[in-house]
Amino acid sequence: MADLILFGVFPYVAMALAIGVGLYRYTIDRYSWSSQSSQFLESRALFWGSLPWHYALLLILLAHFLAFLIPAGWGSLLGSPARLILLEVTGMALGITTLIALVILILRRVSNDRVNAVTSRIDWLLLAVLLVQVTSGVYIAISLRWGGAWYVHTVSPWLWSLLKLDPQISYLANLPWIVQLHAVNAFLLVAIFPFSRLVHVVSIPLGYLGRPYQVVIWYRQRRSS
Amino acid sequence: MDIRAQVSSVFHLDKCIGCHTCSIACKNLWTDRRGNEYMWWNNVETKPGTGYPTKWEDQEKYHGGWERVGSQLRLKQGGKAATIGKIFHNPDLPTMDDYYEPFTYKYADLTNAPAGTDQPTARAVSMVSGKPMKIAAGPNWDDDLSGSNVYAANDPGVIELSAEQQQQLFAIEKMVMFHLPRICNHCSNPACVASCPSGAIYKRGEDGIVLINQDKCRGWRMCVSACPYKKTYYGWSSGKSEKCILCFPRQEAGEAPACFHSCVGRIRYLGVLLYDADKIEATAMKADGELAAAQREMILDPCDPEVLAAARAAGMAEQIIQAAQKSPIYKFVKQWGIALPLHPEFRTLPMLFYVPPLLPLLSTDHQGTQKLADDFFTSLEQARLPLMYLAGLFAGGNEEEVKAVYRRLIAVRLQRRAATVGDLAEAEVERARTISGLERDTLDAIYRMTSLTRIKERIVVPPLLREQAVEAGMDPEEYKQAMGFGSRKAPKRRW
Ligand code: SF4
Ligand code: SF4
Repeated sequence: MADLILFGVFPYVAMALAIGVGLYRYTIDRYSWSSQSSQFLESRALFWGSLPWHYALLLILLAHFLAFLIPAGWGSLLGSPARLILLEVTGMALGITTLIALVILILRRVSNDRVNAVTSRIDWLLLAVLLVQVTSGVYIAISLRWGGAWYVHTVSPWLWSLLKLDPQISYLANLPWIVQLHAVNAFLLVAIFPFSRLVHVVSIPLGYLGRPYQVVIWYRQRRSS
Repeated sequence: MDIRAQVSSVFHLDKCIGCHTCSIACKNLWTDRRGNEYMWWNNVETKPGTGYPTKWEDQEKYHGGWERVGSQLRLKQGGKAATIGKIFHNPDLPTMDDYYEPFTYKYADLTNAPAGTDQPTARAVSMVSGKPMKIAAGPNWDDDLSGSNVYAANDPGVIELSAEQQQQLFAIEKMVMFHLPRICNHCSNPACVASCPSGAIYKRGEDGIVLINQDKCRGWRMCVSACPYKKTYYGWSSGKSEKCILCFPRQEAGEAPACFHSCVGRIRYLGVLLYDADKIEATAMKADGELAAAQREMILDPCDPEVLAAARAAGMAEQIIQAAQKSPIYKFVKQWGIALPLHPEFRTLPMLFYVPPLLPLLSTDHQGTQKLADDFFTSLEQARLPLMYLAGLFAGGNEEEVKAVYRRLIAVRLQRRAATVGDLAEAEVERARTISGLERDTLDAIYRMTSLTRIKERIVVPPLLREQAVEAGMDPEEYKQAMGFGSRKAPKRRW
């Protein structure tokens, strides 16, 4: 029963919250949509925390996402032992990087008075959930080797079953508890997303690359020029 | 020709008394909120000095403004991809310590302290963290401290001077300084707009006011580093950047911006300029010393029939054209040629111009009677502030630009002195006039505009015609927030 709720129901609740509350916030209170950067208040420690955190995390998320999206391709990518080892080592290094970076970021928020003052309760909650996520991820990488390979046969099909609205909780129910924690906690992050500063992850401003430098807005129709 | 109108301004530095009334008027209206205490959309700094934020002019430090790369203009902080790459940590962003940490005092301790033998004190506390703090700087920390070797000696413009020129400056450092009031320049080639990854900053087509859409800003803070004048500010509490809005709500109601209206020295002029937007890029590509002249070139004569025809063809409202014809700014910048842009070499084409301060006395002082120097242009060159310094501020290092302005200002003074005191030989005045290149009437007009005009002539707010604007059909509440100022809910963090 608990398995059903956690692996079969909760992901949907989380997604519904993310989309529903996210849309509500975007339409009703768009002003609140911000990265809430604190670099203005403290820049040095942020450099050592934020840069490795974001870049390492983006790569890790990319790997998770690719293995979910194209399990077959991912599986054949890992076909040779050399590539498997390379991926394992890279993943491990990136995971440890995110963990160290996150600890730096948390310590910064604890110890710097200014940054501390702009940290809300939801920020602390978010940091705690992220810490659980990253720690469990690194622990899995160390204790349950070759995650790049077994993910494709366990987590990928589970995620696909969720996507097809036919949750197959058995894929997850048979995995070690730490993997279950990692998976459920991931959806907890999805649930927190619309309530926190995490909303900035969907605001990646790639449109900037294709835009002319200057933006001019006319209020009245111009006749010609 | 892509003809556009721009609400522009002139600040006459000879008239600024450094009273900071303008700053206070602005602060009380717009930035008296948590997270904005440190922001001075209008600030007045002492020159020579390091300014606010400290050393804002030093683009080796902040990488603000534009640079020429081959035949292209690029933001000095990096191209678009590089800008996005710096989103997680912007190495060029000034921190609060470059401005100052806002503080208050625990006044309640003065009355709540238990009776005792010692005097109760009100300790300074940070307005960010609320904790006791040691005050290291404040707004206008270096006010009137130009002689200080902490401030004047570290002025990026002074560092550029030769040892000899520095000596010239510091020999009389205790006497010479002037005030430099600064607001956002509402540039025609704004670096803040160009740097915003979210596309939240924009220039209004009809009047050229540069605004940040508060709903679209995501707090990437690239504008703060990109603006070479450091006139966008990061709201550390709301997570949104904010900047001077040129009091557009006041202007739309026909009122002067608050800093203009309250200016005690009446140094501030406002009016519409017409300019050719097709020339923006070519102008911004000019060599440092040519920028000021090129920018003047971009500005169009609002009485020229060809310009008028083009303006009308582009659908420019008749009222705006009329306002442009009455614009004091056009006179200062184009007709009289006595107002220059601040740091044109940043290449944002600032639309706020300054009449540089006429610091040199043109004569030697003999117990109250002044004797004009035989050749007062020699004395101009030996001015109290090296001309090179002023050229570095207002002309991208081109001394000729500054000299031309001073020749005109000097001619005005001599002509007025001859008229009111009458102790100058007419030949002398005539000579100054000739060298200045301006007619007697023009010099009188300059005198009138700088000394006698009433607010309606100094500040010609164009009818902004908001009643005709498309957003008249929009939800006014929603419109208010998307405009760059005003919000449907309190502008503070909620989530
Ligand atoms: S002064 Fe700065 S903030 Fe104002 S328009 Fe120019 S670049 Fe933008
Ligand atoms: S109010 Fe006018 S005179 Fe006073 S500091 Fe400001 S600009 Fe100068």
